[in-house]
Amino acid sequence: MKKLFSSKNLLFLLGLATVIVCVFDRRKAFSIILNSKAYLLEMLSVLPPILILIGLFQVWVPRKTVEKAMGRSSGLKGILMAIFVGTAAMGPLYVAFPIGVSLLAKGASLLNVAIFLCVWASVKIPMILFEVKFLGAGFAGLRLALTLPSIVIISYLLNAILKGKIPHEKNELS
Amino acid sequence: MGSLLAAWRFFRSMALPVFITLWAIGFLLSFLSPQLISRTVGQNSGWQGIVLAALFGSIVLIQAFIAFPLAGSLLRQGASVGAIAAFVTTLVMVGVVTAPMEMKFFGKKFTFWRNFLSFIFALLIALIMGILLG
Repeated sequence: MKKLFSSKNLLFLLGLATVIVCVFDRRKAFSIILNSKAYLLEMLSVLPPILILIGLFQVWVPRKTVEKAMGRSSGLKGILMAIFVGTAAMGPLYVAFPIGVSLLAKGASLLNVAIFLCVWASVKIPMILFEVKFLGAGFAGLRLALTLPSIVIISYLLNAILKGKIPHEKNELS
Repeated sequence: MGSLLAAWRFFRSMALPVFITLWAIGFLLSFLSPQLISRTVGQNSGWQGIVLAALFGSIVLIQAFIAFPLAGSLLRQGASVGAIAAFVTTLVMVGVVTAPMEMKFFGKKFTFWRNFLSFIFALLIALIMGILLG
């Protein structure tokens, strides 16, 4: 299982699939490359500044501050903090992963990091405005009202299932 | 200096998984056109439509500024509120193509359960919304 999904195999499979598509349909293969390039450029424009910010965060923000604000005993305040940090940020979800890991490494609880991740993914102010515009205030409002409690429940369950820890292998940031 | 070095080391370790993820997204997107999504979700309704929409939303990765207009037009074309809610919710919360990246950061167990629980809750949200607004 582990070997089957290694980076190299996935890369090989993707390459093979793309070549096969190219044989049958040139234009489709071209659109694969264009799509991938667009996403790659987007990522390259977002990720480096975030990584530098994470680096600064690691060096400058004392562990105690994070532990106090979002640690195991932060309670409701920690949850609100996680929601606030998740909403305030911008960018796709994959940017939130490294930030979440560095929060964990600084002593934030798994519960709060899970909340942070889910909120980052689903509750962002520009996104809500967009949803209101295209799907209506009723739809957007109700979805938001249902999503927030769901996120808290999901995160509590996740925290319980993982017993508050990431069963980790090795991590670059920790 | 130390922070920049950490950022660089981190970037290097992430480069390949990120590259693969983005390639996979590009690959999927060129097959899953908005038209195809519209056809499949728009015609089904009820429970099946919700599950199908949720599966779609989990697999594809579309940016919000494309997804919301799409969802809005589907809704006007007669797609069920539940299906659209399921699609939008899983689109943002469940990520199959970003799962390899998530695993790299948080491990398999976390990734599986976060996505699985999000999927279940997205179905619940969709059901409730379908009942209240449908």
